[in-house]
Amino acid sequence: MNCVEEIRSLFPALKQKVYGKPLIYFDNAATSHKPVSVIELQNRMSSGINANIHRAVHKLSSDATDLYEKGREEVRLFLGAENREEIIFTSGTTASINLLAYTFVPHFMKKGDIIIISEEEHHSNIVPWQLACDKIGAKLSILPVDENGILCVNKLEGMLSDKVKLIAVAHISNVLGIINPVKKVIEISHSHGIPVLIDGAQGIVHTNFSVKELDCDFYVFSGHKIYAPTGIGVLYGKKKLLEQLPPYMGGGDMVNTVTFKKTTYADLPLKFEAGTPNFIGASCFAPALKFASQVRENSLFQEYERNLVLFLFEELNKIEGLKILGTPKKIEEKIALFSFTVEGVHPTDIAQIVDKMGVAVRSGLMCAEPLIRRFSDTGILRASLSPYNTMEEAEQFIISLKRAILMLRG
Amino acid sequence: MENEIIEEFAVFTDWLDKYEYLIELGKELPIIDEKDKTDVNLINGCQSRVWLVSEYKDGKLFFKADSDAIITKGIISLLIRVCNGKTPENILTSDFSFIDKIGLKENLSPTRANGLLSMIKQIKIYALAFKTRDEK
Repeated sequence: MNCVEEIRSLFPALKQKVYGKPLIYFDNAATSHKPVSVIELQNRMSSGINANIHRAVHKLSSDATDLYEKGREEVRLFLGAENREEIIFTSGTTASINLLAYTFVPHFMKKGDIIIISEEEHHSNIVPWQLACDKIGAKLSILPVDENGILCVNKLEGMLSDKVKLIAVAHISNVLGIINPVKKVIEISHSHGIPVLIDGAQGIVHTNFSVKELDCDFYVFSGHKIYAPTGIGVLYGKKKLLEQLPPYMGGGDMVNTVTFKKTTYADLPLKFEAGTPNFIGASCFAPALKFASQVRENSLFQEYERNLVLFLFEELNKIEGLKILGTPKKIEEKIALFSFTVEGVHPTDIAQIVDKMGVAVRSGLMCAEPLIRRFSDTGILRASLSPYNTMEEAEQFIISLKRAILMLRG
Repeated sequence: MENEIIEEFAVFTDWLDKYEYLIELGKELPIIDEKDKTDVNLINGCQSRVWLVSEYKDGKLFFKADSDAIITKGIISLLIRVCNGKTPENILTSDFSFIDKIGLKENLSPTRANGLLSMIKQIKIYALAFKTRDEK
């Protein structure tokens, strides 16, 4: 793959028109479109290789199991993890964090203990911890971001104590679009013996890293934001930690033997995969991540994303009264995701109007209410791009945005 | 009144013209007093805020409303045109289908969360309250 046009041709959804206008899909941080390779495997499994995995000895089950485990292997490679046992399939980022909240908190924490999260977290990395902490009387401490949306990593050291049992931060916030210095967070935390969870819902798509090199203890992400289907996600965890955690849900494949007196549990990763898993979704990680690897290892696309970031940053800043949330010191730390407010104009109004021009963007609180409320009463507008988005689309987006603002300011 | 609105919107063939018109309507909306923009009068939609106050005179209902989003305001002004001066009974039986007929149905979807559906609910709650009071 050498150019954006070549990539685009792999995505049938991008060819459609909305309200008679070519679709400009800039809501990729919410969900990405799927390449034909993923759609084809999904179809092939639904129409043929449809059998429950791991249990039966028949041909279909064995083929489905192979594809499921191939999906796991592709995730392991993509993350740079050492063992397949460290890759747990869940239904998504939210489910992965909930799994941890419900197992880690009661197992490793007691009343008065603390979990540190950051101010820029998605609700999925806030609420599960609140629920779990409330049950045992533990609490959350919040690592702040500064007025430019930069994570105040320098404040972390001062917040640590022997009461802090976990640190959970986003790799990239879904609002700010800044690549956080998670390696530094992990180093500081580990020097105090505290494990770190990285919420990689956005980070998995926009950064090239390995969990081994990062040395994070947990890394979570969803499939649907990285070209795989909805309803599948991953919890990566270091084997020695996952082994210590009790099972989350019971039933199905997660057992070794069951008697009415005592049940023993399966080894990793099945210990955490109760019930029939989303085996089609998990299998689709193979083609999805193959595509993602090709993109992330091709410097042409990185350069293209850089240019898009520079173009949008410059053009958005030219619009009177427009304020971007998340402006890092170095532009290299910004991904092609821009959240902003426009003075005197409600973001939902803009979103509704540009929608009619074929432009799909998000407006509102982005499931990150604590962060958004700090910067805006009415919410924000967010444009988030993918490697299949073109410079022409970015130009058209700016034109549409300006026109909408003009209409609304009238 | 509902038919009048449907006719007004029939002239627009382009989506953007329709929105231009809604924006104009939104600007003309009788703004409620700042003092009435209280939490009590606030109808929480997810993305835009809507305030609604009602008055009951001679068996008829009158509303004033405001929103921080102008398109929402435009649609509100249509709702108010339809509801003002109606009896509680009339409002309770109205299905507001004109919104669908002028192509703005999406704005009434519960998942769009722009406050309009909650606003209609609130209008009906007022109507029901006044009707119940009259019957006592």
